[in-house]
Amino acid sequence: MLWKKGICELADLISKGEVKPSEIVEAFAERFEETEEKIKAYITPTYEKAYNLAKKLDEKRPCGKLFGIPVAVKDNIVIKGERTTCASKILENFVSPYDATVIEKLKKEGALFLGKTNMDEFAMGSSTEYSAFFPTKNPWDTERVPGGSSGGSAAATAVMSAPIALGSDTGGSIRQPASFCGVIGIKPTYGRVSRYGLVAFASSLDQIGAFGRRTEDIALILEVISGYDEKDSTCANVKVPPYREEIKRDTKGIRIGLPTEFFEFDLQQEIKESFYSFVKELEKIGCKIEEISLPHVRYAIPAYYIIAPAEASSNLARYDGVKYGYRTKNYKNLSEMYAKTRDEGFGAEVKRRIMLGTFTLSAGYYDAYYLKAMKVRKLVYDDFLKAFKRVDVIACPTTPTLPFKLGERLENPIEMYLSDVFTVPVNLAGLPAISIPVNWVKGLPVGAQLIGKPWDEATLLKLSFVWEQIYPHYEKLPNL
Amino acid sequence: MVDREWVSRVAKLSRLSLTEEEVNTFRKQLSDILHFVEQLNELDTSDVEPYIQESETTPMRDDKEKGSLDREEALKNAPQREGGFIVVPRIVEV
Repeated sequence: MLWKKGICELADLISKGEVKPSEIVEAFAERFEETEEKIKAYITPTYEKAYNLAKKLDEKRPCGKLFGIPVAVKDNIVIKGERTTCASKILENFVSPYDATVIEKLKKEGALFLGKTNMDEFAMGSSTEYSAFFPTKNPWDTERVPGGSSGGSAAATAVMSAPIALGSDTGGSIRQPASFCGVIGIKPTYGRVSRYGLVAFASSLDQIGAFGRRTEDIALILEVISGYDEKDSTCANVKVPPYREEIKRDTKGIRIGLPTEFFEFDLQQEIKESFYSFVKELEKIGCKIEEISLPHVRYAIPAYYIIAPAEASSNLARYDGVKYGYRTKNYKNLSEMYAKTRDEGFGAEVKRRIMLGTFTLSAGYYDAYYLKAMKVRKLVYDDFLKAFKRVDVIACPTTPTLPFKLGERLENPIEMYLSDVFTVPVNLAGLPAISIPVNWVKGLPVGAQLIGKPWDEATLLKLSFVWEQIYPHYEKLPNL
Repeated sequence: MVDREWVSRVAKLSRLSLTEEEVNTFRKQLSDILHFVEQLNELDTSDVEPYIQESETTPMRDDKEKGSLDREEALKNAPQREGGFIVVPRIVEV
């Protein structure tokens, strides 16, 4: 069955001439038909368009690293001529006139796009329930959330209606849904992947990354999407290693730090046990485990909920009903047009964050809130750098709990925010991190997070690769 | 600090015209969130510099003019347009 295969394997079959691109797209389209009704992963599926393009590729000689390989894309990354909604009413009918840099890079290597996946509106949320259109369901238990904000990409990868998917991660939006859906999710170092064409939420924290089930697949797509781009002034000119070769290198002697502070948080027993048996396995294969300290990490969530809304309030000022997007029907003057457009176009969580950010940036409050938070951010960053003098990788659970029930945290924003307690510090420090499936408890997946030094995605991928040889999580398929 | 008047003032700065119901929910929720983030005051940060991204790896690019969208492409998503322009409500009285 083609839909069970990873993208490296599929690319290999295509290059040998054993399978045609159209057969691959057809296989995933059939899988989409079987699963989509139950999980609702896509806002705009484009399987038919992908199939038509694949038909044309069938006639050509394979060229490019991803020739005929289908990819799903979170609906906050623009593709020329396709709708990009950010799961918001305000962008419901927006059709992008250009490609994001990551899309341009994927196209250049011959990739095809299966569709735009569901998310929390403007990537603000941890459950995909804040989508203005519909919630996505967790494939392992459809009464539970898939995590968020990239819940659609995570769920599509888990049910294998796409072999690989792009997401974005501002405070855990790739790693938390990867953990909840039982797939691998990587957030690269801030600046590793161009953000040009990623709809901005909190620009100093946002980073594009990917979901997959095989480490080699993540390595391949990361090779393609990474690298300097002059269209994003925060994108770094740092060499991109050949990740597919890197993952096969020896992991013996890698020093792994466990931050004591992370285990002082309220942590479900099943998560704790799953994590420690994962660590024990790593120790058996020659990794060295030691305790480390990140003294300021408990201030990461409060600092994040000042910084991210502040940047969001500024970024989202562009949605005013003038140049693109939704415009209210009845208004007397310009101010009323702005205010009604924004009230009708944005959902509750987006409004909460815009107001929070507007307040903390307003005259007289900047020093007490935003500046204070940026200083705390520096303390969190320094903690990590200090720890990385002793260890190569920091490990912890990805989330403190198993996937929660739909609706459970909707009324209480702070409770929702706390599901990102282990992932948010990583964004504040701009570090790379990966979530990998380490266990299934009561039929629900549990993920572990590995955090790396700046630009050291390779070590994370090496450990992920060695882990899937010990625990072949990619063979698991949810019963729908 | 967070009362109805506060919510209305911040909503106005945010260019949001909230319904009565929204004002009530946000009053409670925003008050809770602001109370939650105030725990940062436990830390003395008087000698700490604010965080900035390392800039050695992000070179400046040449400031050269490059191609851009043509008019039709640029206007395609405008909610109201007329003869190559975007239509907005009158802002100057004549």
